[in-house]
Amino acid sequence: MKAVDFDYAQPATLDAALELLAREDVMVRPVAGSQSLGPMLNLRLAQPELLVDITRIAELRTIRQEGDRLVIGACVTHARLEDGDYPDVTRGVLPSVAAVIAYRAVRNRGTIGGSLAHADPAADWVNVLTALGADVVIAGPGGRRSVPMTDFILGVFETALQPGEIVAEIQVPALSDRARWGYYKVCRKTGEFSHATGAVLVDPARGVQRCVAGATSGKPVVIDGPALFADGCTEAALAAHLDGSPAADDPIALRTHTVALKRAIAQVMS
Amino acid sequence: MSAHAKTISLTVNGTRVEASVPPRQHLGDFLRERELLTGTHLGCEHGVCGACTILIDGEPARSCITYAVACDGRSVTTVEGLDDDPLAAELREAFSAEHGLQCGFCTPGMLVAARDVVLRRPDADNPAIRTAMSGNLCRCTGYVGIVNAIRRVIDARNTNAG
Repeated sequence: MKAVDFDYAQPATLDAALELLAREDVMVRPVAGSQSLGPMLNLRLAQPELLVDITRIAELRTIRQEGDRLVIGACVTHARLEDGDYPDVTRGVLPSVAAVIAYRAVRNRGTIGGSLAHADPAADWVNVLTALGADVVIAGPGGRRSVPMTDFILGVFETALQPGEIVAEIQVPALSDRARWGYYKVCRKTGEFSHATGAVLVDPARGVQRCVAGATSGKPVVIDGPALFADGCTEAALAAHLDGSPAADDPIALRTHTVALKRAIAQVMS
Repeated sequence: MSAHAKTISLTVNGTRVEASVPPRQHLGDFLRERELLTGTHLGCEHGVCGACTILIDGEPARSCITYAVACDGRSVTTVEGLDDDPLAAELREAFSAEHGLQCGFCTPGMLVAARDVVLRRPDADNPAIRTAMSGNLCRCTGYVGIVNAIRRVIDARNTNAG
């Protein structure tokens, strides 16, 4: 399997990358770890004329704490988030979730920003960062803008990124000491894509009670408030919230999503 | 050769290599077709089967979804480069003793992944070994021999260390 004959650039600065990404004479795509785009290139589902590799841009590989937020550069790998050489303000969410993304050989190269920009509905960060209430900082020709996760993922492989823009960093708010979280994926095989994802965050100090139903073949479904916790997350209750989502139309999918969320909720309650 | 060819400089199994590569050439093809290191096997070529797993700067990676051009300045180690590695030698011995291979197609990737598991997870129980190795598919053994081989190496190392 061979990708199309694309050109390739590896700029050292964000400005240089943005300049390349602004080109209109060729079809250009940014690439980070190539763990999602690589398969698409090999299968020729993606046929760019120019790839701009952003992994050598030092500022995109940093993790820093800013007040009560952790700021993660787009090119930080899943493996690094798994290994935890940073102040984890999420009480274990980041390393635990990173550890169950695909396989270690993929985690060593795949990046958090790349995963978000790819926007597969079954991707771990797409759903977990939505549950955490993270913001995505986008860099583009017009400067920087910050978009909440709920507005960043628009659908299947669809994001708020405009032509010429890339994900620069992800800002994750700190959880309070009493915060609890749950995460459950229904997978046929370890590391495979999820068929239904449940992500749950309860943080009383910050007034958060949130369930996210992910891998719905659409954008993550956010259910704020105590409803699903109170009624034990029945299929009927979940169906009401999934109204309009592709997952609501299929009884088997609805059952699978109920199981995922129920088990994520159970982790919070236990 | 592609009109977009780039010159890269990297280390392959300890030897400095300079090469002109088309950007679309993935690392697996580069290693097999240019360096003639055919120990790296290509199965699915989209990151699922694990047969092409090699080390980049000492860390396991899929050579089929990593492009050679992206490895400029890196150090790449294939299964051939592990000939004199003591841990790889222990694993080869254990894979043989425990029937951890039959046709051998998955074995280069299995050895690279298994080496990483032994180094990173010396406390792994058998379910943890299975989970950690789940990115490498074997169609012959049913995995029992592979898990036993890794178990054998971890236990021997822990006994010797203790």
